[in-house]
Amino acid sequence: MQRSRRWFLRAGALWSSAIVACRGKTGTPPPAAEPKAIGAAVSPYGSRSRFENAGRYFNQNTKVPLEEAASRTPLHDTYGIITPSSLHFERHHSGVPEIDPATHTLTIHGLVDRPLVFTVDELKRLPSISRIHFLECSGNSGGEWRGGSTESDVQRIHGLTSCSEWTGVPLALLLRECGIQPKATWILAEGADASKHARSIPIGKAMGDAMVAYGQNGEPLRPEQGYPLRLFLPGWEGNTNVKWLRRLKALDRPAMTREETSKYTDLMADGRARQFTFDMEPKSLITRPSGGDTLPGPGFYEVTGLAWSGRGTIAKVDVTTDGGATWKAADLQSPVLPRAHTRFRFAWRWDGHDALIASRCTDDTGYTQPPLPELIEVRGMNSQYHNNGIQVWKVASSGTITNGNRG
Amino acid sequence: MGTAVKLLLIVWSAHAFAEGYGVSAVARLGSGGGSLSGERHFLAQSPTFAVGHTPTPEHLKAIDIEVTPDGGGLAPGAGTAAEGKDVYTRRCETCHGPTGKEGPQDILVGGRGSLNTDSPLKTVGSYWPYATTLWDYIRRAMPFDHPGTLTADEIYGVTAYVLFMNGIVGERDVVDQTTLPRIRMPNRDGFVADPRPDVPVRKK
Repeated sequence: MQRSRRWFLRAGALWSSAIVACRGKTGTPPPAAEPKAIGAAVSPYGSRSRFENAGRYFNQNTKVPLEEAASRTPLHDTYGIITPSSLHFERHHSGVPEIDPATHTLTIHGLVDRPLVFTVDELKRLPSISRIHFLECSGNSGGEWRGGSTESDVQRIHGLTSCSEWTGVPLALLLRECGIQPKATWILAEGADASKHARSIPIGKAMGDAMVAYGQNGEPLRPEQGYPLRLFLPGWEGNTNVKWLRRLKALDRPAMTREETSKYTDLMADGRARQFTFDMEPKSLITRPSGGDTLPGPGFYEVTGLAWSGRGTIAKVDVTTDGGATWKAADLQSPVLPRAHTRFRFAWRWDGHDALIASRCTDDTGYTQPPLPELIEVRGMNSQYHNNGIQVWKVASSGTITNGNRG
Repeated sequence: MGTAVKLLLIVWSAHAFAEGYGVSAVARLGSGGGSLSGERHFLAQSPTFAVGHTPTPEHLKAIDIEVTPDGGGLAPGAGTAAEGKDVYTRRCETCHGPTGKEGPQDILVGGRGSLNTDSPLKTVGSYWPYATTLWDYIRRAMPFDHPGTLTADEIYGVTAYVLFMNGIVGERDVVDQTTLPRIRMPNRDGFVADPRPDVPVRKK
């Protein structure tokens, strides 16, 4: 991995030119310093090498309290399709609560024949499922709505998406156990965090692929992801996947909470706002090489990235290296799963000239990811949420790569 | 029903479930099994898997907090803007500013007529479609650092004050369980359903 990393030297790294010079002169890296003493003993819970330091990014110079801030996944520094739990993006509304699973319960009530309270242990006794799905904040890439931003790297622009294996109980099973009534058309989901984050979910999703999750990537949910219980709605905007889930109430209409009226609604150019915009539409990104990288010189580079669709499975990813004049199909790395990050790869020989590189995906509904200007033409520039437009990276003849969305 | 039979039922149910989301079959089996009901007072209540328990009225009262646009869930109590000004000054002003327009956190006042411009300002007055949501959110989440510490009367009062600063109610208007749901917010009709996909779909 260290060797492959050297193809894309992060701009500003002091040692980058030294490595290039070294490789240029000798053609081979210096021999590794092999350990001459015994290493560390076994341990109960592993951690990464001290030589690795990829981390979530968050802006510390803002008026927004860090308890209701967002932190972004370093997409550039992840491989495959699974996001390490420690690097899963965060967006909290009133901080991460510390919850003892022995005292936490999930209450299901409202328009049901048998209101029930479940302990976490009881939920873990029930038939379970595991599914690999992405989770994306509806505000991801939101800074580009004004026709491109000054942000330069994939983490800062697009880091509010992550992908995990989630384990839990189908919500439909729980609702049927409670005797969900025919007149129940919405389910209010509410968290146990300080702000009691709440969203109304249509019954079709609740009785479909919705899950009450307690597992993430083979272990209990991380506190930042809702420990000990969260709602998981495959393909739907992040904030509906209510964390620290404490209550589900069956209703015959949406509750019209602050989050689904004044917050997570998409303002159009005419001043009207779209409400209950749940689907995360098909989207793809080249994650490497991408903004912030510097290509050391002309030659071969593997272009790689991620694609996903909240409506289904990725059918195709195309890559352009000439600003959209021509598109060629990228290879899709298996597994290609519904509502999951899908890894794509594309072989590219850079000729050393200015280049605009981008990816676009098509899912199995036939929808193709649009250019950002096409989205802006339909929705205006005030939408804030749900930008799934094509991300363009501008490669300069010097090898530096920047955000090319502004043209 | 004997223990062995119950065990068999659970195993069969799990199997049916694993066969492909056989949830409806499982639920039918559970609700149709009258023999379980006789044991309900000492068995847990979930009919198929015998887990969970019935919430007590006290438990539900503590967590059943949402307020809907028809006023459902509003607590008894009342307040006016004149009464709420003091609560606002003590508990809200630091984050939202002396007149609700200064921040540093969410701007609460102003912005009418701005939503279709290049600089839209989403406030309670310009954007929020329901007054009941304001009451719900203040009780649910405010003040940011001490949620759940305002009394019902204080919530009515500060709700009234924020609406008053937006020119939606008068300073002496009483806001309570009856009057709050009747308040018509300026942007009540400003929301539309999700029309996506809204860009060309190219069939392969």
